[in-house]
Amino acid sequence: MHRIEIGLKENIKDPRGDGIKSRIKDELGILVDSVRTINIFTLNFELPKEQVHFIAKELFRDKVIECYSFDKSLAKSREFDFLIEKGFKPGVTDNIGKTAKKNIEFYLDEKLDDEKKVFYSVQYLIKGNISKEQLKIISKSVIGNELIENFIFFDKDEFMEKGIGYPMPIVKGDSQIKVDTFDLSKYTDEELLKLSRDRCLALDLKELALIRDHFLDVERLEVREKIGLSKMTDVELEVFAQTWSEHCKHKEFDGIVHYSDLETGEEETINSIFKTYIKNSTMEIKKKLGNDDFLIKMFNDNAGIVKYDEDTNFVFKVETHNSPSALDPYGGAITGIVGVNRDPAGTGRSGAVPLFNTNVFCFGDPFYKAKLPPNTLHPMVIFKGVHTGVRDGGNQSGIPTLNGSLYFDNRYMGKPLVYCGTGALMPSQINGEEVSKKIIKPGYLALMSGGRVGKDGIHGVTMSSEERHSGTPVTAVQIGDAITQKVMLDYIFEMGQKNWIKAITDNGGGGLSSSMGEIARISGGVDVDLKKVPLKYHGLQPWEIFISESQERMTFVIDPVDLDKVMELAKKRDVEVSVIGKFTDSGYLNLLYGSQKVAQIEMEFLHEGLPKKEIIAEWKKPKHVEPDFDEPELVLLELKKLLSALNICSKEYIVRPYDHEVKGRTIIKPLSGVKNDGPSDASVMAPKLDSREALVIGHGLCPRYSDIDAYHMSACAFDEMVRNIIATGGKITDLENDEVVMWSINDNFCTPDSIYDEIKNPDGKLKFANIVRANKALYDYTTAYNIPCTSGKDSMKNDYKYIDENGESVRIAVPLTLLYSGACKIKDYRKCVTIDFKKSGDLVYILGETKKELGAGEYFNLHGFIGNDVPKVDADSAIKMYKSVGRAMDDSFIESCHDCSDGGLGIALAESAFSGGLGADIDLSKISKKGIDRNDHLLFSESQSRFVVSIKPENKVKFEEMMEGNVFSEVGKVIDEPMFIVKKLNQEIEKIGLQILKESWQKLLRFDLPLENIR
Amino acid sequence: MKVKALIPTGLGFNCEYESAKAFEMAGAESTIVDIRDIIDGDVNIFDYDVIMLIGGFSYGDDLGSGKAIANLLRFKKINGERFIDLIKKFVVDEKKVVLGICNGFQVLIKLGILPGFDENYEDQNSSLALNDSGRYEDRWVNLKFNSESNCIATKGIDEMYIPVRHGEGKIIANDDVMEKIMDNNQYIAQYINPETKKIAVKYPINPNGSTNAIAGLSDETGRIFGLMPHPEANLLFENHPHWTRLKRDYEDKGMKIPEHGDGLKIFKNIVEYLEGVKK
Repeated sequence: MHRIEIGLKENIKDPRGDGIKSRIKDELGILVDSVRTINIFTLNFELPKEQVHFIAKELFRDKVIECYSFDKSLAKSREFDFLIEKGFKPGVTDNIGKTAKKNIEFYLDEKLDDEKKVFYSVQYLIKGNISKEQLKIISKSVIGNELIENFIFFDKDEFMEKGIGYPMPIVKGDSQIKVDTFDLSKYTDEELLKLSRDRCLALDLKELALIRDHFLDVERLEVREKIGLSKMTDVELEVFAQTWSEHCKHKEFDGIVHYSDLETGEEETINSIFKTYIKNSTMEIKKKLGNDDFLIKMFNDNAGIVKYDEDTNFVFKVETHNSPSALDPYGGAITGIVGVNRDPAGTGRSGAVPLFNTNVFCFGDPFYKAKLPPNTLHPMVIFKGVHTGVRDGGNQSGIPTLNGSLYFDNRYMGKPLVYCGTGALMPSQINGEEVSKKIIKPGYLALMSGGRVGKDGIHGVTMSSEERHSGTPVTAVQIGDAITQKVMLDYIFEMGQKNWIKAITDNGGGGLSSSMGEIARISGGVDVDLKKVPLKYHGLQPWEIFISESQERMTFVIDPVDLDKVMELAKKRDVEVSVIGKFTDSGYLNLLYGSQKVAQIEMEFLHEGLPKKEIIAEWKKPKHVEPDFDEPELVLLELKKLLSALNICSKEYIVRPYDHEVKGRTIIKPLSGVKNDGPSDASVMAPKLDSREALVIGHGLCPRYSDIDAYHMSACAFDEMVRNIIATGGKITDLENDEVVMWSINDNFCTPDSIYDEIKNPDGKLKFANIVRANKALYDYTTAYNIPCTSGKDSMKNDYKYIDENGESVRIAVPLTLLYSGACKIKDYRKCVTIDFKKSGDLVYILGETKKELGAGEYFNLHGFIGNDVPKVDADSAIKMYKSVGRAMDDSFIESCHDCSDGGLGIALAESAFSGGLGADIDLSKISKKGIDRNDHLLFSESQSRFVVSIKPENKVKFEEMMEGNVFSEVGKVIDEPMFIVKKLNQEIEKIGLQILKESWQKLLRFDLPLENIR
Repeated sequence: MKVKALIPTGLGFNCEYESAKAFEMAGAESTIVDIRDIIDGDVNIFDYDVIMLIGGFSYGDDLGSGKAIANLLRFKKINGERFIDLIKKFVVDEKKVVLGICNGFQVLIKLGILPGFDENYEDQNSSLALNDSGRYEDRWVNLKFNSESNCIATKGIDEMYIPVRHGEGKIIANDDVMEKIMDNNQYIAQYINPETKKIAVKYPINPNGSTNAIAGLSDETGRIFGLMPHPEANLLFENHPHWTRLKRDYEDKGMKIPEHGDGLKIFKNIVEYLEGVKK
């Protein structure tokens, strides 16, 4: 055993330590004098002393800035009061340890065997007068996460006396292989339910009874007895639990819904909301597109595939990774982003290469001061962890983060929502064969590549199908490793180009169980030997191997004739690849462990045997208190306040650490304007540098509208996505004029538990009615705009339940949250427009009509109200407007264009002004409006389908001609003076300094500035 | 014969696409290879005129940026020869060019190839440390190029606006080394305040706290150089974050809108220089 320690020289600044120091102050309100850090590498094997010395001095140390020691503590010669050593818990992915071992191999010029390991840990040397109790709080809330990391504490005297030894997180497992069997004939209903609970299976009685009857069928028993599988094995039970989980099966979106509208008295039975609204919409649009149909493959692969140009397809997928991010924000989020990269990579025959990432997060108030619910992390801790995780995942993979947002509401305190998306490019053909199609013939081989399998993420799928409770297993957390994945995907794409891969899929939720179970349907069966799966450590049982969610793994299929080449390249590229199975047409999913048969499952029953769930939904429009506050005297002071609202304020300091231009093809960046700090409505990326064609990428999200009516929430979120894209240069399909525009949309639902239960979920019927209504709007508006959903996902039961101090059961449920993410292809990126005002003297227009629609909006929220007038979308006038705006942009008549959403046109005008570093002089009485007689309502109404536009004065006539037939009005002009001036409805003038507005907008989430104490 | 550029990638490097395009747009021919194909001897660097070590996160920067790949290149022999000896031959004997951008620059520094005093390319004497801000940032910066530098790639370039995208870009060296870098004019560019044109001391115009605001270095031959900011990220006029504003300025002045971004000049200089060598 050896311990190598590397620390910065004492005269070198330690920004990592400084960062911890300021977080201790900002997040805990504890003052310490200084924090310094030391990196530790612990080797569990022996090497000659000279070699250890060389490794420390030459390999691990940067001799200009660092010093080293080996088998002797560096800290002993340093000044400190307290020392914390943080290392991973057994079995947690240790990327740095892994790289350190590789470097030792470079030096020794030999491969070290699997049992030889290097473990990474960090020491934090703290100077300051704090208590041991505080030290523990600092450890678990700032320095690390108890769930995945161990901490050792010392004060200086203890440390000098005892030293630290050689702590190592070695997995101690029983390597005895054991397959449990269940004699289902002896199980009562109660016992079945207990079995499901004890094993975290999330199966209900109806499902369990079906499984029991299946296995007790006399004929089947006979067949099974012959192969020595008379009783159901634990492997089989787990496969059913995975495949029938909500996560994989979408039981609610595919169920039979009995929906009644108590407002109108209408009743209907909906057989699958997914098929009725989402799939049907896309199929109808496909029909309408006719010869210009760009929809290649929808809803039956890891992501939808559309045609980008003659030789390239575009693949776009958005996913959620909520439950893991609640437990370990960093690990959960990095797994979310690198996980969604694998969806396009696992689509079609040999995958699509990631082009860009997107992300949207919903959190509780990061400045929340009251007591937290038990076993939850503070929203700020979740925020920072998720942000860092997504940043590292995207940046290290070399994929630009182009679009996203943050949304705050305390109903996300139980389960934060972490949406991650990836757009990717796929060649249409390789060697004349369609890359969109998977080909699997009996006899083809199943190979697994990438990371090894551990207990990571076991039961992740069944957990995400259940509400969180205090006993959620720790193994439900995985930590992604972007580099392992990148190296593996490089290898996959290299093979893809050589046409060696016949089919591919990723191992995500449900692990091999989901990927093999799904892909084997193509040939009609598969035999898998679980003993061939490489493990991180001993002690995994066959069922654990099959359902583990260890990351960075792809399953791919080859013709056996290519095996040697595939393995040779794997060796060259240093990617671990194993042949784990062979496809058949037997109709069975056969699992072996070496020579022992551990499962034989009929594929048909596995995939088709589950009857549809029946769900009751009842819609009655909720009535909220109508706001009664008077119009404030100074409307621009309200504007200033609103600019500081969490859902409106600047997110620059979240965006800045994302690489948004690697690959060199980003044309409109997330931040724009004269100081690169304006909030772009959408981003633009050119997939190919030798063409001016590009993709405009945007999204829409407005969950609070669900508090009034999720129909309009869905309509508004969809319209917001479309108009963000239109504002930046996107175009809308115009069938009358034969202009078809490629769009690819993801709809991602995150719902609260919406299954009615008299005691546990008394408003379940209304919640499900909201889900139905959101889908009705999805259908109505996607078909009206001819913009198809090409992929999507539903994540159900985003609730957190706990027992409070008074013994009462409390439920935190998210509002029904629907994210639309879209990409739209444009012909010439030089026609794109940004939000910032460009020149003094330019004329300012508001396009679209402003109605009294402040319900569930940001302005009412600021005053503590919800209200009832939720914004509504008029599809016909919106489409007309978008076509006109598109033509005006094509003719270069628009200098700036900004969509009006949260906070209305007041916010949009202010953002266009300060992003351009120019003032604005606006006459509010000129704004086209309906039913509004107050300045505040006019400025902050969230009516949809509106834009703030500026144009050159010389283009006035032509621009207005072009906009004819739409509601629009010239409202003022851009001025040099850095002031925001409005003439109010009563002709009074009110002014405020531009810088005051901008500062108010910027100050809240600046992480480079000290935050107030949040606890 | 066209100038041939070699772009090694793999192991976590990730800027191969735009780097290859940069050379192509400058008139060269680009070849992207896996760096392990060079180490295995399948690709011979001497078939090429310029090697660009690109940006990315080689080995996740797990032992410090560029360090793990520097260790790999240090200990793995290529057909029995050390990487450093091959580079020396490539640059000193054959007068070819090696550049490192971002992670590539970090590798060159950690190997000791830069600043490479007196043709000693194997003793690391400078480093690129964690940014003072403690974090990775994507931020456009204003650079002033050193007119006294003999770097072949920066000739005739005065200022440039390109992005930094790194977490570890703060140049640190002992006083004597830093003095020599300054005296020898081996710093090729510095971060400046765009308004005053003075050397940038403070964050964010000095994005990482680099000593003397240095953004890049060259060796004494001027044929090996490294930069933290990314010139290959500004190849098109529309890569510029304010292009929609600049376009308006050009229109108002009645001027033609340029096609290319500033960053391309560096690649054009390299190709022009190598065309001269090839003649």
